[in-house]
Amino acid sequence: MAALQSNTWNEYEIGRRRRNLLLTAAVTLFALAILAIYLMPMAYGVITSLKSKAQTSDPGAPVWPAEAVKFSYEGDNYDLLQVPTESGIRHWALVKKGRRASQFIDPANVAAGLIDWEGNWRQLQPVREFAVQWDNYPRAWNTIDFARLLGNTLMYAFITMFGTVAASSCAAYGFARFNFPFKNLLFMIMIGTIVLPPAVTLVPTYAFFVNILGWGGTWLPLIVPAMFGNAYNIFLLRQYFLTIPREMEEAAQIDGAGRIRTFVSVILPQAVPALTAVSLFHFFFAWNDFFGPLIYLAGNRDANPITVGLTEFNGLYSSETQLILAAAVISMIPPLAIFFLAQRVFIQGIVVTGVDK
Amino acid sequence: MDMFTGLDDAAKGIPRLTDMQAALRLTGAQRDEAKWGLIFISPWLIGFALFYFAPMIVSFLFSLYDFVLSAPDEARFVGLENWRRMLAEDPNTWEALFVTFKFALISLPIGMVSAFLLAVLLNSKHLLGRNVMRTLFYAPTMVPLIAAILIWSRVLNPQTGWLNQMIEVTGIQAVGMDGLRWLDDPNLIYIAYTFIGLWGIGNAILINLASLQGVPTELYEAASIDGAGWLRQLWSVTIPMVTPVIFYNLVLSVVGLLQYFIVPYVLNGGNGYPEGSTNFYMIYFYKQAFPFQNMGYGATLAWFMFIIGLGITIFLFATGRYWVYYAGENK
Repeated sequence: MAALQSNTWNEYEIGRRRRNLLLTAAVTLFALAILAIYLMPMAYGVITSLKSKAQTSDPGAPVWPAEAVKFSYEGDNYDLLQVPTESGIRHWALVKKGRRASQFIDPANVAAGLIDWEGNWRQLQPVREFAVQWDNYPRAWNTIDFARLLGNTLMYAFITMFGTVAASSCAAYGFARFNFPFKNLLFMIMIGTIVLPPAVTLVPTYAFFVNILGWGGTWLPLIVPAMFGNAYNIFLLRQYFLTIPREMEEAAQIDGAGRIRTFVSVILPQAVPALTAVSLFHFFFAWNDFFGPLIYLAGNRDANPITVGLTEFNGLYSSETQLILAAAVISMIPPLAIFFLAQRVFIQGIVVTGVDK
Repeated sequence: MDMFTGLDDAAKGIPRLTDMQAALRLTGAQRDEAKWGLIFISPWLIGFALFYFAPMIVSFLFSLYDFVLSAPDEARFVGLENWRRMLAEDPNTWEALFVTFKFALISLPIGMVSAFLLAVLLNSKHLLGRNVMRTLFYAPTMVPLIAAILIWSRVLNPQTGWLNQMIEVTGIQAVGMDGLRWLDDPNLIYIAYTFIGLWGIGNAILINLASLQGVPTELYEAASIDGAGWLRQLWSVTIPMVTPVIFYNLVLSVVGLLQYFIVPYVLNGGNGYPEGSTNFYMIYFYKQAFPFQNMGYGATLAWFMFIIGLGITIFLFATGRYWVYYAGENK
């Protein structure tokens, strides 16, 4: 009886494990398939950025970067084509093009001279070999003057990053630790500004910066407002400050440290993960910022950031797909690299702002 | 933790003073605390006054003027003329709103359902390499939007793009000038823009995922004992438990979609191609306010956008009471 029971139990257990294994395989394969489709454009971007211009617009070309093979004959370069002959497909160079018949040369047997071939050469496929156009990258970099765009973007990103993080952490500390009149109302208003469409404040702000202060074509209209903090960052830092125990601040105050001293030397060092997350968010925001630079820097191309520069480049060189994609790939390397290196802090920050509300 | 953790009764305006002595002693300390609190929040407070509050008021005043930036001296007060023109005369306003809502109705459900389902997939205990998978699914969100648009515009090319070539493999005719012309066909353009948008749902996936991890396992155990299958559990346990996050994503998406600008601007410079199907509201506002420098009319369009956004947000919050579940709330 006991043996029988343990037998069925074993069978049940084996069946359960087998089902689990099948389920794991199915779920994982399904996820991989979705992932492949989801990331396909990224692969497309990288691979196409390594192709020649001719290949990017040729629907019959292979998927991988390849180039038509040339053969040099009597000082000129000729395309090598796949020519069907009585003895199978031969790789011959097309020397003299004709509508009904063309003349080829066999690279393996140049001494035989020109070979006549009946048929339309346009229907023949060229011989291709794997050829990566690494050269697209330096060409894109120079054509678009990427160094200048990068310099502008980095300047903007770093100046505003320090400004906004400093101002946001001050304000967050104020909301986290002090009681003052209308605190609740002010906090609600602050959260409200997150969903306020920027357009509603933009027109007078633009008129003020451009017409009254004469800041059109400079970065100042974008840098100065960032120095006053940002609701999203304040919210995130406040949530973090609330988790820091008050004891250490009280100890510091008993030791005679003032409010500012306590904030700088007790609170900030304990909030490094949150400060890092906020800095990263701001860096990515600045790296992607498009609308502000578009309107304020209009007329001063030298001040353009990467985003606006890439858009202009796309408009001017729309047929140079391989260069545009190379530039696009260059612009996505820094954020992706930072993300892969710092993903834990980063993901934590997103989750805090999303779930706690 | 809710939004107001740490706000105690004093901040809500309820006096806690019990005796006079304590009141007198505390007032000094409280005053000092209030002073420091205001000092610390002053960067935000000043920034709010300068860059939110004042411009909003001035923006409304602008909407009462006929004011072209290049000729500020010729600005004149026109009362509600801009508003009348926008609502009653200008067909572009309503067309732009129609286009924006049509796109939102296609893109919003696809985006939100995809984010939720991917979060469910990435939360599955049957998924191998979950952490790597999560990172890889988030990666496209890190691709700068402009780079993403440039890549997608080529992936969607009817002849050389990989999307059509992949569809062609399944046997559907997609490649070629009579195939699927994603960016040239007014019937496909919103789907194409939605694809580009799907590369930005990483945050929504993460927030959904965090919420899924917060669902108590007892609920699934109880449902399982009651004989509920996977789909039933998803519908009756998981979805109700993550409605707060769905609500949060919904509000942010609606606000974001009202301001939809970069994708059409980068792809066609805001010319509405094809057949006006990409004349989004923000594009129209941008053209009026900046290239045309119509500050008065631009401000009117911006204020109208604000009113619509506020209206939708209030509507969502009002209806949210009926479908958003908050733990610890009595019904």
